[in-house]
Amino acid sequence: MEPSITKPETAVMPGVTVRKKKKLTADRLLAISFLLPSIVLIAIFVYGFIGWTGYVSLSNWNTLVPDFSFAGLKNYIFLFQDFRFQADLRNTLIFTILFIAVVAIVGQLLAIFLDQKIRGESIFRNIFFFPMALSFVVTGVVWQWLLNPTTGVNLFLKKFGLESMWYTETNILAGFKLGKIEFGVPVAIIAVVIAAVWQMTGFSLAMYLAGLRAIPEELKEAARMDGASEITIYRKVIIPLLKPITVSVIIIMAHISLKIFDLIYAMTGPGANFVTDVPGVYMFEATFRGNYYANGAAIAIIMLLSVAIFIVPYLISSRKGDA
Amino acid sequence: MALSRISKPLLYLLLIALSLFFLMPIYVMLVTSLKPLDQVTLSDMWKLPTVLDFSSYSTAFEKLLPNLLNSFYLVIPATILSALLGSLNGYVLSKWKFKGSEILFTAILFGMFIPYQSILIPMIQFLRDAGLYNTITGLVFVHVVYGIPITTLMFRNFYASIPDEMIESAMIDGAGFLRIFRYIILPLSITGFVVVAIWQFTNIWNEFLFAVTITTSDQQPIMVALQNLSGSQIVQWNVQMAGALLAALPTLLVYIFLGKYFVKGLLAGSVKG
Repeated sequence: MEPSITKPETAVMPGVTVRKKKKLTADRLLAISFLLPSIVLIAIFVYGFIGWTGYVSLSNWNTLVPDFSFAGLKNYIFLFQDFRFQADLRNTLIFTILFIAVVAIVGQLLAIFLDQKIRGESIFRNIFFFPMALSFVVTGVVWQWLLNPTTGVNLFLKKFGLESMWYTETNILAGFKLGKIEFGVPVAIIAVVIAAVWQMTGFSLAMYLAGLRAIPEELKEAARMDGASEITIYRKVIIPLLKPITVSVIIIMAHISLKIFDLIYAMTGPGANFVTDVPGVYMFEATFRGNYYANGAAIAIIMLLSVAIFIVPYLISSRKGDA
Repeated sequence: MALSRISKPLLYLLLIALSLFFLMPIYVMLVTSLKPLDQVTLSDMWKLPTVLDFSSYSTAFEKLLPNLLNSFYLVIPATILSALLGSLNGYVLSKWKFKGSEILFTAILFGMFIPYQSILIPMIQFLRDAGLYNTITGLVFVHVVYGIPITTLMFRNFYASIPDEMIESAMIDGAGFLRIFRYIILPLSITGFVVVAIWQFTNIWNEFLFAVTITTSDQQPIMVALQNLSGSQIVQWNVQMAGALLAALPTLLVYIFLGKYFVKGLLAGSVKG
């Protein structure tokens, strides 16, 4: 079964929606009237409020007192020239790439491992799943300590002559000057990626496992009969069949990563030189700590657009043929 | 399987190593939270406590109890309300489709992917005007509203597996929209409600952004209080870890006892956060 928003209608016969319309108009109206409150709520609190935020982002409201005078794109221009926001864009990009790559690859590998008729499979599965039940705040608090340079895993690593400053490291790997910032991989981000991977790998594992379980055994059997080795079966048959799952995993992880706020806020905060800052944290601090409402709104709109680029095509394509 | 025979030991080794990585934070949390303060030194972080000391739990519990209660006052009504709303919506959108209902459904779904930062400024204005700012009621409202997309999706998918013939024969017997819901759909919805309730419970319990922006001090849910605990100057790590465990306990228990439904919800929605 495809674990995504396409799932419905699988087992239902086609064409059963044909109903005797005349008799049922009253009921039909009743049905719509029950849906109406939700439609109104979504219209106002999702679409209306996004519009309102967009409006604020074009205003001069950068003090405690609301000021809705039109500022044009001033706030956006400010952001793209701002050291902190440039750092945020870099961090989000790097974080997203690393996070998605690790979660997708490890999740898929683990799913394949667990699909080998492993003894104690459910124990392993539960160990990999349980962090998902935790809050990002809890994860942040714990990993803040585990990856604290003076404690935590460094006590182990020291024995092997290794040591890392983790999230307090300000070094940028492969850096070069771009705009106001040093572009590259901020070492500190890796610490946050580790924590995020710890929490979210179970998610992709669950999706891949569901995908694997949906592949009919006969398919593998047939390939085996043709003399294919187990590895070939995975490479040529199974993994290609998991591609749609990978697409879902990437999109879901991307939207989580582009919105990320609580994990970083609880674990590291913006960090020295903003090496672990992300738009979510900047938006929160600008708006609710600094009263730069228009700037905060502009950050929020940029976040929304970055998510929408992934989500809108995904939603439309996965809902197609579903009616 | 030829491959498995050679590599099974290796496979187990890998799985065990990864399991240790996944369990490491829990080990550290447990060990640290059970130590008296003078044993919580940096160099002894990984060592087991020499004596079991539950005082960090009583300290953490004392500090966090009001916030734990706030979280329960928040999560219980919000979960019930959004499950009911989702169930009705799912029923309409799966069994009473009308012209444009599919587009409407897609438009509703978009709401679960948006970064909530993009509605936060107007929302706080609105809650202030409505007198709901800094109240648990305000938070309940917010979670019910933004829970609509995911609960609707889950119930719609769930009801899609109820054969339409059942609905049709009930109609022929003269049952209408509400009777069908009450006597056919609801009795078949128990699993659906369990899945949705667990999902909403976990998400609302763990949520942070709305909690930290909509409430202050004595109205704050547990996650904000936990975060504040680490914000203080001298971090008592044993209390901190005990607090983190206490904060995580309700959702962990839900996972331990109802994990199957939790994963079902995850696959049905495929969305967290």
